[in-house]
Amino acid sequence: MGQNTQTMIRTVDLTKRYGEKTAVDHLNLTVQKGEIFGLLGPNGAGKTTTILMLLGLTEPTAGNAFILERDCTRNSIDVKRMVGYLPDNPGFYPDLTGRQNLWFTGRLNGLKEELIQERTQALLERVGMTKAADKKTATYSKGMKQRLGIADVLMKDPQIIIMDEPTLGLDPEGMRELLGLMRELAKEDGRTLLISSHQLYQVQQICDRVGIFVDGTLVACGKIDDLGKQVQQENRYLLELKVSPCDDRLLAAIQSQKGVETIGKEGETFLVQSRTDIRKPLTKYLGTNGYTILHMHQRGGDLDEIYRLYFEKAGQSDENIGNKTKSGRGRAVL
Amino acid sequence: MKTLAIKRNPAEAAQSYKGRRTGLGALFGKELADHLRSRRFLIIVILIYATCFASLYGALSGIESAVENDSNFIFLKLYTTTGNSIPSFMSFLALLGPFVGLVLGFDAINSERSSGTLNRLAAQPIYRDSIIIGKFLAGSVIIVIMVFSMGIAVGAVGVLCTGLVPEFEEVLRILVFFVLTCVYMAFWLGLSVFFSVICRHSATSAMAVIALWLFFTIFMSMVAKILAGAVYPISDQYEAVVNSLNNYTLELNLNRISPYYLYSEAVSTVMNPSVRTVNVVTMQQLDGAISGYLSFGQSLLLIWPHLTGMAALMLASFACSYVGFMRQEIR
Repeated sequence: MGQNTQTMIRTVDLTKRYGEKTAVDHLNLTVQKGEIFGLLGPNGAGKTTTILMLLGLTEPTAGNAFILERDCTRNSIDVKRMVGYLPDNPGFYPDLTGRQNLWFTGRLNGLKEELIQERTQALLERVGMTKAADKKTATYSKGMKQRLGIADVLMKDPQIIIMDEPTLGLDPEGMRELLGLMRELAKEDGRTLLISSHQLYQVQQICDRVGIFVDGTLVACGKIDDLGKQVQQENRYLLELKVSPCDDRLLAAIQSQKGVETIGKEGETFLVQSRTDIRKPLTKYLGTNGYTILHMHQRGGDLDEIYRLYFEKAGQSDENIGNKTKSGRGRAVL
Repeated sequence: MKTLAIKRNPAEAAQSYKGRRTGLGALFGKELADHLRSRRFLIIVILIYATCFASLYGALSGIESAVENDSNFIFLKLYTTTGNSIPSFMSFLALLGPFVGLVLGFDAINSERSSGTLNRLAAQPIYRDSIIIGKFLAGSVIIVIMVFSMGIAVGAVGVLCTGLVPEFEEVLRILVFFVLTCVYMAFWLGLSVFFSVICRHSATSAMAVIALWLFFTIFMSMVAKILAGAVYPISDQYEAVVNSLNNYTLELNLNRISPYYLYSEAVSTVMNPSVRTVNVVTMQQLDGAISGYLSFGQSLLLIWPHLTGMAALMLASFACSYVGFMRQEIR
């Protein structure tokens, strides 16, 4: 248990091309035992393709993927015995009940009848689906399907769980439960989780490490804190500032601060970019000159910012970044 | 705290994976249960039974005049006689067989794909071909159950109504007829599974199979006639003398490409002991032949190419869907 050094997932120059387009480009990734690894990226970045290659459902054009040192393409049956996969939109046979669907999965895994019964009950309790277990899955809501999907993944008692966009379309409460469950799976059961997502905020809460995926390449990989520090070092500080009253004199005052590079405006809020941390001198100045600070926030360090910067590096279009920043801001203010 | 009571027992785990084909049985059982429970299956069963008993009714009313012409193998005539302008049992099956295959297979793969169960299925430790083999096997078993139950029911009602007792040879011929019917329907099942693999929507695959069904049952004979006429024209008396044999043979062979024709020809041969040949026979070849019935073995010999041809078609259609499915990407 204590040894966290066992490599669970390893890819070596994993590449997948669809005709002209390269979906995944020389991906080198390792995930250790007991880790929650977040694979982040916009839609179409190659996350799902990577997952499919890990499960042996898609053949890589070049390179290899290994799960517990077994080749995912050649030894996919062995791999699939150890890996549970939750697709982004898990489907169930609508004419069967939740329990029957789980039973079928158990049978496909070659489990014995008593073991299936035992696990089904335990899992239904664990995901809180005992009440709806004997209803047909056609009547299930999205959140219920997601929970049944998790029970379904756990049916084979996998060491590794791969989830593709698990938080998509869940309400806040469902999301909170799901994240709790994921943490439990990793920390208490000692399973390894690989989660793909484009919803940064949720992922940030639970992931030990993240990999940022843009256009098939892994542009950054590491702990969120480390990535944040790296971003701040490489790039300047960005300060959100909202002050009352908001007059011309203020603009000049900020401009005159040491290290300030540019000042932008987003609605009522100033965006001050600087080489050094200007919060302290600025606060002092504002305080002594009769301004009231309504909002002050040093950007960077959170995943939104990291994400945005790596996007910029990877040469994404400006429009895209603008949208990302805006959505990030919206959440921060809320 | 909620914890999952899972015992990690290696011996037990190893044992549960002992069967190499884990999952095929489970898949097969599930597909079979799905078919039997589905409303769709109920509809085709009702349809097929209704038409079959209609044809039996026609046969019972027409059997009197049929017996006047030929009073041997009367029991077989229950299946082959047309009466009151209702087609015979045999021709009904030839016509509706494709429909059964279609209904059992047209959404085999693409419905799983669209409902998102296919990738969940493929992520289980089963061989990918188990999925398609399980589906095809389950469909075939349904066909076998249906054909035999229906055929025997028709025979039983016939026995009750007419008091005829089937002879041993008649029973054998009827069994061969059932086997041919199963292979014929399984061919259409394979074809519709194939379309379900290559078409994204189940409606498209159903349309494709229906198109082929109509083509083979209605248009193929016209196409064969036109082609034969083009290759060996018979427009004047001279051409008629030279070409008519070739013309007819070509038309026949073209028709035999159609599984519908192949099946009809094979079935009418085996159910009709007085059919002595399936090809053109000249008067010279018939010289000295004694008029009589063909024995069971000889009838079987006559349709052997048909049976192998149909089995080959069935396997080819399934092989296409198998290969198509194995090469496809599941996402």
